[in-house]
Amino acid sequence: MNPTDLVERPYLKDDVPEFGPGDTVKVHVRVVEGERERVQVFEGIVIRRRGSQLSATFTVRKISFGVGVERTFPVHSPMISKLEVVTRGAVRRSKLYYLRDRVGKKATKIKERRQA
Amino acid sequence: MASTKGILGRKIGMTQVFDEQGRAIPVTVVEAGPCHVTQVKRVETDGYAAIQLAFGARKRVTKPMAGHLGKAGIDNARNLVELRMDDTTDYSLGAEIKADVFAEGEIVDVIGVTKGKGFAGGMKRHNFKGLSATHGTQRKHRSPGSIGACATPARVFKGTRMAGHMGNVRVTTLNLKIIKADPERNLLLIKGAVPGPRGGLVMVRNSIREARRSGTKKAV
Repeated sequence: MNPTDLVERPYLKDDVPEFGPGDTVKVHVRVVEGERERVQVFEGIVIRRRGSQLSATFTVRKISFGVGVERTFPVHSPMISKLEVVTRGAVRRSKLYYLRDRVGKKATKIKERRQA
Repeated sequence: MASTKGILGRKIGMTQVFDEQGRAIPVTVVEAGPCHVTQVKRVETDGYAAIQLAFGARKRVTKPMAGHLGKAGIDNARNLVELRMDDTTDYSLGAEIKADVFAEGEIVDVIGVTKGKGFAGGMKRHNFKGLSATHGTQRKHRSPGSIGACATPARVFKGTRMAGHMGNVRVTTLNLKIIKADPERNLLLIKGAVPGPRGGLVMVRNSIREARRSGTKKAV
């Protein structure tokens, strides 16, 4: 146990689903506009997970109007109201940076993992 | 703002926490106190005003130490550090100081001894760029380059930045914000980095800049 774990514990979420690179996820992000607050959904492929405990982050990539968009979120961020796993991807590496070089249909296509 | 106050602590390490807006804030966790006032120095008797703070515990306490601490009614301490102030009337001998002397949002200074780096070259010590990696540079890639002119002045000026001992000096980091104070667990969460290694002794004191701004205190 790290000496700082006790400080982090109250901030950790206990409802984070199991997910990893290759999975398609829906991230429900709380957006504050002045006084109002609404939820925006960012859906895409998880191309990276890094860090541990409270400092862990993940990056979601999607193609929006022909432009690749990546957003990095802290896994335990209070700005994420909900995290849904849509599909599980079958991938063979932990960082899917090769998707950035892909164009067209291939850029968003990932083979689905067969459920055991 | 209240008069000078401070607490001794041990740096535990850094992490991050989220604020109300959901932003990740880098924080240093300091195990602060509990401290005891082991001596109150007054201008009339000592020539200056200060309080002496005791923190931590030793395996063995020497007799002279036990005698000194006994006056304040405590039996063990690892570190004794003085905190200068203008007016010590707020403090009495033996008083306990816990992490709740600081509140969330308060601005503080943190004093500590930096990690020793030993004899360090110009690149590490003064952020020199070194010489070129290529273009025929031989065995001089990390050298500082020129340290002055030639026959005039025919010497190296004093204070020229060169290699030498780095670190292991007392450093005060000014204007850090208290993110959280937890007197039950004796913890302070301070935004940003503080000097010293993990486990090093630090003193957290109310900000002198802040005190000057609010006009309650002259510069220390």
